[in-house]
Amino acid sequence: MRRFEFLDHTADIGIIVHGESLEALFENAGEAFFHLITDLRKVRQRIERRVEIGKEDLERLMVDWLGELLYLHDVEHLLFKRFRVESVGEDGLKAVVKGEPFQEGVHVIKTGVKAVTYHGIEVRKEDGGWRARIIFDL
Amino acid sequence: MRSGLSRMEIQGRMKELVDLLFSNIPSGVGSHRKDLKLNREEERAVLKKGARWAVERGFGTEEDLEHIEEKGCIPGGDPDSISDRAMERGRAQLGTLGSGNHFVEVGYVAEVFDEGIARSLGLWKDQVTIIVHTGSRGLGHQVCDDYIRVMMDAARKYQIDLPDPQLCCAPVLSAEGQRYLEAMACAANFAFANRQMISHWVRETFEKAFHKSPRDLKLDLIYDVCHNIAKIESHAVEGEKRRLCVHRKGATRAFPSGHPDVPEEYRSIGQPVLIPGDMGRCSYVLVGTERAMKETFGSTCHGAGRVMSRHQAIKAAKGRAVARELEDRGIIVRGASRGTIVEEIPDAYKDVTDVVNVVHHAGISLKVAKLVPMGVIKG
Repeated sequence: MRRFEFLDHTADIGIIVHGESLEALFENAGEAFFHLITDLRKVRQRIERRVEIGKEDLERLMVDWLGELLYLHDVEHLLFKRFRVESVGEDGLKAVVKGEPFQEGVHVIKTGVKAVTYHGIEVRKEDGGWRARIIFDL
Repeated sequence: MRSGLSRMEIQGRMKELVDLLFSNIPSGVGSHRKDLKLNREEERAVLKKGARWAVERGFGTEEDLEHIEEKGCIPGGDPDSISDRAMERGRAQLGTLGSGNHFVEVGYVAEVFDEGIARSLGLWKDQVTIIVHTGSRGLGHQVCDDYIRVMMDAARKYQIDLPDPQLCCAPVLSAEGQRYLEAMACAANFAFANRQMISHWVRETFEKAFHKSPRDLKLDLIYDVCHNIAKIESHAVEGEKRRLCVHRKGATRAFPSGHPDVPEEYRSIGQPVLIPGDMGRCSYVLVGTERAMKETFGSTCHGAGRVMSRHQAIKAAKGRAVARELEDRGIIVRGASRGTIVEEIPDAYKDVTDVVNVVHHAGISLKVAKLVPMGVIKG
């Protein structure tokens, strides 16, 4: 099973993510997100950030998780490559992410993402694990 | 902005000019002007005052304000309605262009459709023009994120049935609705200030590149018009005058001649409307009409719209030197990265001429002039 694929929208872009567990689903979503933004082969794991989000339903949690990563990207110019979700469920999310700040000449920006949207949001169980769909505003 | 220059005067210097614009106007990830520091108090002033804040800080002139929708400030902006997070995203990005379809474009008047109105707007054939397209940046996105949560709860509270969670909403007059309008005004004011600052740097860049004084360059603001914004306005509904909330998503205001919100200078011709196209084709200057007032609450279209998704565009551009192709057509393009240029290739957009002809023939705005690009910087 592919961990993620891109959804082609005329105006925006989305991802379909799969994961054997809910943790893997959220990790794969993080990776798909930054795969969209940059060439991950150029990104090293030099900086670590903890992400914690409180109690919410899974769909909001997914939007918040990626929204949190986008916020860190926007304010601290960080690019993330490694996503370790310690726990995720109706009680919230705890994760550690690793990456480094954007560096002109080293990193490329493939797509500038403005926002993570709730449009067509989906987080659900499927055969052999979980599936999510998230659409971004570009 | 219009200028006192003709395209023949600058044609040979475009590369140099575009490079200078690119270094003076921050556009890539994390880039910002070293000479700009903003503390929290000042950012609050930006959110309340909009373009006026920028003018007070020396960006542009008092006269510019007369040529901005709402004079560059939507009243009622309350910085207390803005989260810390939005403040933080804003602080890092005031005075930056941003990615996506945002750009600064230097072009020229290629065609005039209405001589009289063009004259009133100070436009003439072969004149150099500049378009600045950017908005409220991360602050606006964060305001959206923050209030989507508020609206999701509000939709439940007011029992509004939603086909999609992203369409969550609240009645305009509810506490949530009013709070949002205060926050939206802040975001709009941020955008006014942002464009005002970038316009100022465009002027400085021209002065430096051509060793000319502002008086010789005559880089005057024709008009600054919003899109993707909701405004409280008076309109006739079935013969009765009513206060309405007009949401112009993918649309822009197009008020007719005689309307009190049109700057006095343009009162006899109607509000100028700018419809940007893609970087390879052209853009248009139009004016608003009475017909728009009657049929679309004083609105017209904002831009061309895409026909290709980003991935299709990337595929279509594969193996092509997009920047070189444009250069062969007389258009110098510089972007923060190849990726952002490729996504915006002209083929990815509808031909703006078709779109503009539709609104022109529908009578909701009238063509005045066509602008053709010579140089573009993108985020």
